[in-house]
Amino acid sequence: MKLTSDEVKHIAKLARLELSEEEINKFGEQLSDILGNAKMLEEVDTSKVEPIAQITGLRNVTFADKAEPCDLADKLLEQSPMPIQDHMIKVKNVF
Amino acid sequence: MIDLSISQAKAGLKEKKFSATELTQAYLDRIKATDDKLHSYITITADQALEQAKKIDKKGDFSGLLTGIPMNLKDVVCTAGIKTTACSKILEDFVPPYNAHMYDRLLAAGSILLGKTNTDEFTMGSSSENSYFGVTKNPWNTEYVSGGSSGGPAASVAADQCTFSIGTDTGGSIRQPASLCSTVGLKVTYGRVPRHGCISYASSFDTIGPFTKTVEDAALVLQAIAGRSEKDATTPDIPVPDYSSFLKENLTGLTLGLPKEYFGQGVDKEVSGAVMESVEVMKKLGANIIEVSLPLTKYAIPTYYILVKSEGSTNMARYDGIKYGHTTDDAKELQEIYIKSRSEGFGDEVKRTIMLGTYSLSAGYYDAFYLKAAKVRAMMKKEFEDVFEKCDALITPTAPTTAFKIGEKADDPLAMYMCDILTTPINLAGICGMSVPAGFSKLGLPIGMQIVAGQFKEGNLFHVGHAFEKATEWHKKKPAL
Repeated sequence: MKLTSDEVKHIAKLARLELSEEEINKFGEQLSDILGNAKMLEEVDTSKVEPIAQITGLRNVTFADKAEPCDLADKLLEQSPMPIQDHMIKVKNVF
Repeated sequence: MIDLSISQAKAGLKEKKFSATELTQAYLDRIKATDDKLHSYITITADQALEQAKKIDKKGDFSGLLTGIPMNLKDVVCTAGIKTTACSKILEDFVPPYNAHMYDRLLAAGSILLGKTNTDEFTMGSSSENSYFGVTKNPWNTEYVSGGSSGGPAASVAADQCTFSIGTDTGGSIRQPASLCSTVGLKVTYGRVPRHGCISYASSFDTIGPFTKTVEDAALVLQAIAGRSEKDATTPDIPVPDYSSFLKENLTGLTLGLPKEYFGQGVDKEVSGAVMESVEVMKKLGANIIEVSLPLTKYAIPTYYILVKSEGSTNMARYDGIKYGHTTDDAKELQEIYIKSRSEGFGDEVKRTIMLGTYSLSAGYYDAFYLKAAKVRAMMKKEFEDVFEKCDALITPTAPTTAFKIGEKADDPLAMYMCDILTTPINLAGICGMSVPAGFSKLGLPIGMQIVAGQFKEGNLFHVGHAFEKATEWHKKKPAL
C-alpha cells in the first residue's frame, strides 16, 4: 500500500495541517508502512461481530439536571491569545 | 528518607521522625542534584510544595491516606495556576484555570505536589523522545530511554525524586516505562479513575494510575483516586473495595495463566527468561499455573493504532490557535490561523496521529480501517473474558525488550509502535494490568513482569504483585546516580 503525494496533501488539508515537500515524502512513506501493516486485519473474520466503542458497557449515563455556580467563564476567556471584546473572542476575518 | 515507600514515610511522619517540610525539602534537594542528568521534571513547584508542607506540619494530623507525601504529576494532568504543557509547543505556556478532579482527590488525601513530569508530546510515544522539551534519560543508564510516554514519572520514582507519581496509560504508557525503570506501574480498568482535567489522547482508552516503589503503595494511591465522579460520565458506579485487604503473602488457591503468545516471537529471551523464573517463585507461593492462549494478540498493534489514532485526531481538533495555546503570528484570515498554528505547534508524532486518524475516519476508508478495528476490538475483549473464566490473573513480560538506546527507533514509527505489543491488548479490552520489577539484563537494565486481570479486578493485581514482591528483592535495587 503506497499513498501518493496528492493523497498525503489531501489528508493534510482535511486535518488542517500544512506540510513541506520534505514532510509530504517522509509522512507519505511512514503512513504507507503503518497502513500497510494494518491490512493484516483483513485476515480476521468479523462478519458476525458488532463494533465496540464503549468498553465497560455503559449506556445513557445521566445526572440530576440542576444548576450549580461556576466561576470559570472569565478565566477561560483569558486563555485565548485573541483580543476579547464584549465578553467574546474576536477572531480574524473569515475570508 | 527519599527512598522510603509511602507506607514507610507515613509511619515516619506519624512518629515524628521527620516533618513533612523536611521530607519535601529532601526531595527538592534530590531533584536539584539529579535532574540535570535525567530531565524528569518539566516544572518544579518548590515554593508551593514547601508552603503546603508547612501547613500540614502545623496542623500535625497525619491520619489521611496520603498526608504529607510528596509526589509529582505527568504534565498532562491539569493543575490550576501551574503550567500544564502536555510537553507540546502548542501548550508551552498553558496555565489551566482548574484542577483535574483526580488531583483534587490527591490533595484531599493530603499529598504534596513537587512538580510536573515529562512525557512524549500529548502522551504519543514509547520513549519520551517526542517531548517538545527533550528526552528523559533512564536512571539505570543515561544513554538509554526511560520509556514512554510517562518517562518522567517513571524515572522520577526510580531515582527517588518523589515518593510516587501519577501517569497515564493509553497503550502501555505507565507499564512500559515502569518496566524500563524498575518501578511498580499500575494501569487501572478503563473508568476506574476519573479522567476529568486530564488532557486527552484517545478517550475510550486513556486511564490514569500511579508509579510507586511498592505494590502496597500502588494500592494506597488507587484507594485515594478511584471511584465514580460526576465530572466523568465514563466512570461506572461500581464500589471501590478496600484494596489493602488484597495484600496477602501467599498465592494459595489462585490460578495464574501464561498466554503463550506473550512469550513468543519478538520477545527477548532474557526478558521472557526472567518472567519464567518469576513464575517459579509464584508456584512456590502456592499458585496454580496454567497455559492459556489469546490468538488475536498478533492483531493488537494495528487494531490499537487505527482506533487510538482515530480518536487522537478528533481530540487534537480542539487545538486551533484561538481558544488557548500557541497561535501563529503569520495569518491574515481564519483558516490560516488554524492551519499555521497547528503546523507550527505540533511535533511529528502528533502530525502522524492526526493524519492517520483523519485517513482512517474519512469517507471511503472508514469501513476498512476504523470500523474493522472496532470489530476486532470487540473480539479481543471477548477473548480475554473467556480466558478469565479459567484463571484469576495472567502473567506476561511487560515490554518485549529492556530499554533501548536514545535515538535507536526515532526515525521508525512502526518499530516504536511495536514496543507496546504486550501492553496494548489490555487497553483494547479495557481491563487492568500492573508492571512490577522482576529482574535485570546482563547489561544491568531492568526487566518488568506484567500482571493482568479482568475489568475492576485491581485487587487480584495487588494480591499477586504483593506476594511476589515480598518473596523477591528486585524492587529494592536502586540505580547509582
